[in-house]
Amino acid sequence: MAGKVKWVTDIEKSVLINNFEKRGWIQVSDSEDWNFYWMSVQTIRSVFSVDTGYRLSDDQMVNHFPNHYELTRKDLMIKNIKRYRKELEKEGSPLAEKDENGKYLYLDFVPVTFMLPADYNLFVEEFRKSPSSTWIMKPCGKAQGKGIFLINKLSQIKKWSRDSRTSTFVAASSGKEAYVISLYIDNPLLIGGKKFDLRLYVLVTTYRPLKCYMYKLGFCRFCTVKYTPSTSELDNMFVHLTNVAIQKHGDDYNHVHGGKWTVSNLRLYLESTRGKEVTNRLFDQIHWIVVQSLKAVAPVMNNDKHCFECYGYDIIIDDKLKPWLIEVNASPSLTSSTANDRILKYNLMNDTLNIVTPNGEIPDCRWNRSPPREALGNYQVLYDEEQAQSESAERDLRSRSGQSLGPRGARASSVRPTPATWK
Amino acid sequence: MRECKQRALGGYRKRKCYLRYIFFLFSLPPGHTAAPPQHMKEPLAYMRKAQASWENRILKSLNSMCTELGVPLAHKRSTQEQKELINKWNEMGTDEPDLSHFRPVYAPKDFLEVLISLRNPNHDCSEQANSRSHWGLIQVPLGVRDIPEMREAFPELGMMTGQLGIDDHTQVPPDLFETEHVRVGKRVVNEQDSAAAQQYSRQGCPTGLRADLWALILNCTNEPEDVMHYEQLKSAVIIHDLLVDNLIYKDVKLTASNDDYYFVFEDYLYQVLLCFSRDTAVLEHFSYNSATPPKSYIKDKQGVEDFTVVYPPNGVIPFHGFSMYVAPLCFLYNEPARLYRVFREMYVRYFFRLHSISSSPSGIVSLCLQFEKLLQTHLPQLFYHLREIGAQPLRIAFKWMVRAFSGYLSTDQLLLLWDRILGYDSLEIVAALAAAVFAFRAENLMEVMSLAAAEAVLADLSTLKVMPLLQIFLFATAI
Repeated sequence: MAGKVKWVTDIEKSVLINNFEKRGWIQVSDSEDWNFYWMSVQTIRSVFSVDTGYRLSDDQMVNHFPNHYELTRKDLMIKNIKRYRKELEKEGSPLAEKDENGKYLYLDFVPVTFMLPADYNLFVEEFRKSPSSTWIMKPCGKAQGKGIFLINKLSQIKKWSRDSRTSTFVAASSGKEAYVISLYIDNPLLIGGKKFDLRLYVLVTTYRPLKCYMYKLGFCRFCTVKYTPSTSELDNMFVHLTNVAIQKHGDDYNHVHGGKWTVSNLRLYLESTRGKEVTNRLFDQIHWIVVQSLKAVAPVMNNDKHCFECYGYDIIIDDKLKPWLIEVNASPSLTSSTANDRILKYNLMNDTLNIVTPNGEIPDCRWNRSPPREALGNYQVLYDEEQAQSESAERDLRSRSGQSLGPRGARASSVRPTPATWK
Repeated sequence: MRECKQRALGGYRKRKCYLRYIFFLFSLPPGHTAAPPQHMKEPLAYMRKAQASWENRILKSLNSMCTELGVPLAHKRSTQEQKELINKWNEMGTDEPDLSHFRPVYAPKDFLEVLISLRNPNHDCSEQANSRSHWGLIQVPLGVRDIPEMREAFPELGMMTGQLGIDDHTQVPPDLFETEHVRVGKRVVNEQDSAAAQQYSRQGCPTGLRADLWALILNCTNEPEDVMHYEQLKSAVIIHDLLVDNLIYKDVKLTASNDDYYFVFEDYLYQVLLCFSRDTAVLEHFSYNSATPPKSYIKDKQGVEDFTVVYPPNGVIPFHGFSMYVAPLCFLYNEPARLYRVFREMYVRYFFRLHSISSSPSGIVSLCLQFEKLLQTHLPQLFYHLREIGAQPLRIAFKWMVRAFSGYLSTDQLLLLWDRILGYDSLEIVAALAAAVFAFRAENLMEVMSLAAAEAVLADLSTLKVMPLLQIFLFATAI
């Protein structure tokens, strides 16, 4: 090993800086030589831009893929998932199987969504099919619940398009301020009468082959106000949105727990009240939709070898225990709202760094991306395409030679196959 | 019993009730059917006296709060107020009334002082501290089990028996015990056998079966009449406003609402606890509880015996931390009526013993004494050290035991502990765990030099694994 890692960040968060300092790494400015740059999505754009961008050398590493927005912008994610489904369908893949109503059996994991203004006519057609439904409007490029509102009448969207024509809607044609409109999940699973969503952390170290890890310590974010699906409450955003950034403005925000409940609490509650089998199936499905969303964007992702990314997945569970992928964040908040939150995020960064910079040494972009099990910390392997392929090859070989595979052979390294999700 | 007989007549779950009836017969001392009722409650006169004077204190404190704040003990809500309450029944937690004037009637700390001052007038405990005398704070002579006796009474916790909470986490062979245990558990649930469920619970209940198993052990049904009973209590809450409602409200806000595990269930806690305070069926348990329900007079009829009423209607005055008896159950039952039934049964079987003065082996006095004796016998150096620096162990462990560890352990671990309380129909395991926690942290505790430092060592119990701790303490300690 030669020397210490030189790090830069433009996100001054203690959970990051403490982790760098703990490793004895040296802080430098972005104009100096650096090895490790934890940057915001704004910075990554300029690093890889054609005009100002520079060539990264083999000992440099950054925390975003150049075109991460293929996954993390709401409209592009939907576009990529739709394309992925079509391709699978064309290939005649069993994954693209549909039920009698024309719904995908295994790929129906995002709420029905349209781009606005581009898909306006398609949306109107869909809206008329079920006029009592509620829809949620989100600006494509914004995070933390900004600019979000609900509608349940066509007149509302007409009014919005008139009102915004002068400002945002014009810009929409240039692709900057486009909106997505999604069918609102109006039967969310309620716990203690409250609505929540799940925030899960997923680390991707390479897209081709896909290698991704799920962080075990995700959490549920609870609305502080009771959930009522009545339309009179449509304007009360606290009821509907679970983003901490929004909830913090509610009167009931509690600074001890911050409305956050660990995934292990969720599991204990669901196993206790609904049973172990359905709970396992739910978590298998959640893992399944994360992997499918990554596979959907893998072909278009610029799989730059200097990059890794830690995503914040937002998932809503409905009252039939079906998980829905709502969106993926490229820069999940590293701000700590409570003491537990700080511990969680510190550990998240620690475990992330342990995987992407083995032994805290100077990065080498040609690294094998196969961390030993003991380096995973609270991460678990979600999917390892390389290993899955070699295992299936091995399985073929074994079945040909008449050997049987151990019962738990393939499990550790890939998503646990269950009859419900895997064919 | 009445309820039980009725069910037996109905021919439903006959065997279970029969078992309880037999138990009832045997629990009466032969030939003493005419024993005065207070002996059923508590045979020792000095305990009865201490309990009565403690009740007086609580009542005085409640009355003075009433007078100070000018709030009546109860008043009927106006039609408008009733309507409002009905509307916000499911979201009472969003309300923020000003409760700054209300304070909990008492906290576990106050209760501990009372227990420390308990003396048996027939017993001389004036001798100096020596190796044979008791070093602890509890100075009454009660028979409590030592480790060899615990081993006999709790044989299923031994090393040779499979345990959920231990054997489901071993790597090799993977889930061998668990798979079989779950299979048996499903059979027990299917056969609706209460006695078998209780025996089964001694080795721990699988998460997915626990709700059904506990309801079975406690003979809690989920019949339409149970739901109806709950609805009746609910309407009683809606009609009358009680002073204790404020205490409940305040307690939930101070405890569960700030708890990482339980804040989600805030509204369920109000729904259960407000109904509980109106439930006169709870009064039946005072036939075997050393406590006596507090009495109050109807307005303007002070001193007239005919106009006394029990207050609150269930006879139980909540104290600081009371809502933590309900909170863990919210993980198991998501229908308020069922949650309510199970909580009430848990209360009248176990929890009342944790805040009334009695000589019962599951009573808080015995638990405190058992905890101190276990420590003194098996960790004398530690006990001596802590006593010398002014950190009496009971001062730290008391709050855990009063709540049966609710709010101190992580919920999964707490439920494993409560499995055993139900399985052995005894709270003694709580005292054993408190001692086991001290044993587990003994090394660090030997280094502290003050009560505050000792408290800091034992501040966070949420990472403890209770079953291994108990097993090691009870079965691997050299005796």
